Amino acid sequence: MLLDAARESVASDLGARPDEISFTSSGTAAASAALLGTAAARRRAGDVVVVSAVEHSSVLHAAAHHEQAGGRVVQVGVDAFGRVDPAAFTAPPGTAVASLQHANHEVGVLQPVAEVAERLHAAGVPLHTDAAVTVGHIPVDLRALGADLLTASAHKFGGPAGVGLLAVRTGTRWRSPGPTDEREGGRVPGFPDVPSIVATAAALAARGSELDAEGPRLAALGAELRGRLPTLIDGVELLGDPSPAGSVRHICAFSCLYVAGEALLDGLDRAGIAVSSGSSCTSDALTPSHVLVAMGALTHGNLRVSFGRDSTRADVDALLAVLPGVVREVRARFGAADLDPTL
Amino acid sequence: MTPDGTTTDATGPDGTTMVDARGRRCPLPIIDLARAIVTLADGDTITLWADDPAAGPDVAAWCRLRRQELVSSRPLPTGGEEFVVRRRS
Repeated sequence: MLLDAARESVASDLGARPDEISFTSSGTAAASAALLGTAAARRRAGDVVVVSAVEHSSVLHAAAHHEQAGGRVVQVGVDAFGRVDPAAFTAPPGTAVASLQHANHEVGVLQPVAEVAERLHAAGVPLHTDAAVTVGHIPVDLRALGADLLTASAHKFGGPAGVGLLAVRTGTRWRSPGPTDEREGGRVPGFPDVPSIVATAAALAARGSELDAEGPRLAALGAELRGRLPTLIDGVELLGDPSPAGSVRHICAFSCLYVAGEALLDGLDRAGIAVSSGSSCTSDALTPSHVLVAMGALTHGNLRVSFGRDSTRADVDALLAVLPGVVREVRARFGAADLDPTL
Repeated sequence: MTPDGTTTDATGPDGTTMVDARGRRCPLPIIDLARAIVTLADGDTITLWADDPAAGPDVAAWCRLRRQELVSSRPLPTGGEEFVVRRRS
């Protein structure tokens, strides 16, 4: 069966057993199922769900859903790099499940998942990790991480949209939060999208074979960008952990003083460069990124550059050739040209 | 004071400099703050009113980055927030 082969392939890439892997319709659906399914199965242990303050919206939305259904949610804060302190990531009495991302989606910082898992296990609490940022980008091994549940999204590693990965380790108490059938081990009802799942497994296997070469190449691009930005633009704060071992290297985030993120995106877009922003002016709700707020980072003038397998040194050069002029132009437009932006 | 002229700038009865940046979107309240604070003597304070949702985190981040002192912040009864910042040269 194609589906079985895809499951075996994905399981092998993640250090999991095939029967621990289910395919969902998205990374968001996988994160919801992981969190709410564990909370449902451990209802007698309590109704508290613990999450970090910098989780992806899919995890925070699942936690909010749990809260709306009468449960409790506890958020754990982060330091200036965006990282939780393992000693502070504790489970209060009545905790059903905790969730801590493997790496942050906005600033790339790696979280101390293994240490948190060990501490939680000592208290009998299972841990879910959202590995959407890391799967296919750095080696991810379910057992080495120590998490009981792991989720990821195929399109984040070059697979098709519409496929999420849900890993539930053997022995983890989990009950579907909704109706089920016999498919996907009773974890995801409905007929699976077999062609997309096969493509997902192929993409993940291909990424795995490229990691040794792509990892250092993208790390060099990120280092180049982080190194040259402050020399070209005054008033730039680099975000995340500056130590190469502390972050995934394909994400580089920074904030520029006295400019609007939206104006930066427009200026770069005119030059054919696509990046992202966590600034409030770029969000539909006009609120700043919860990740930047939790870190205490400047939320205006924020940009996030993500490198992929198509990214080249020429792309970094093009960005650095255009960005200083865009920042100058936006500062002038906002009446900030004469302010000293030196940090 | 700024190109669109919506900021009002005044000196309160106790000599405190006031900047009303309500209705102005980020980063304009921060630019208003940065522009006004350089007119103060070291140790003097400025009171900023702003209602952009990013003002709270950005005033705090700006004070950290520019090594100025955020003395206090509180919600305004009419909406938005008041920030008191002390100039540190």
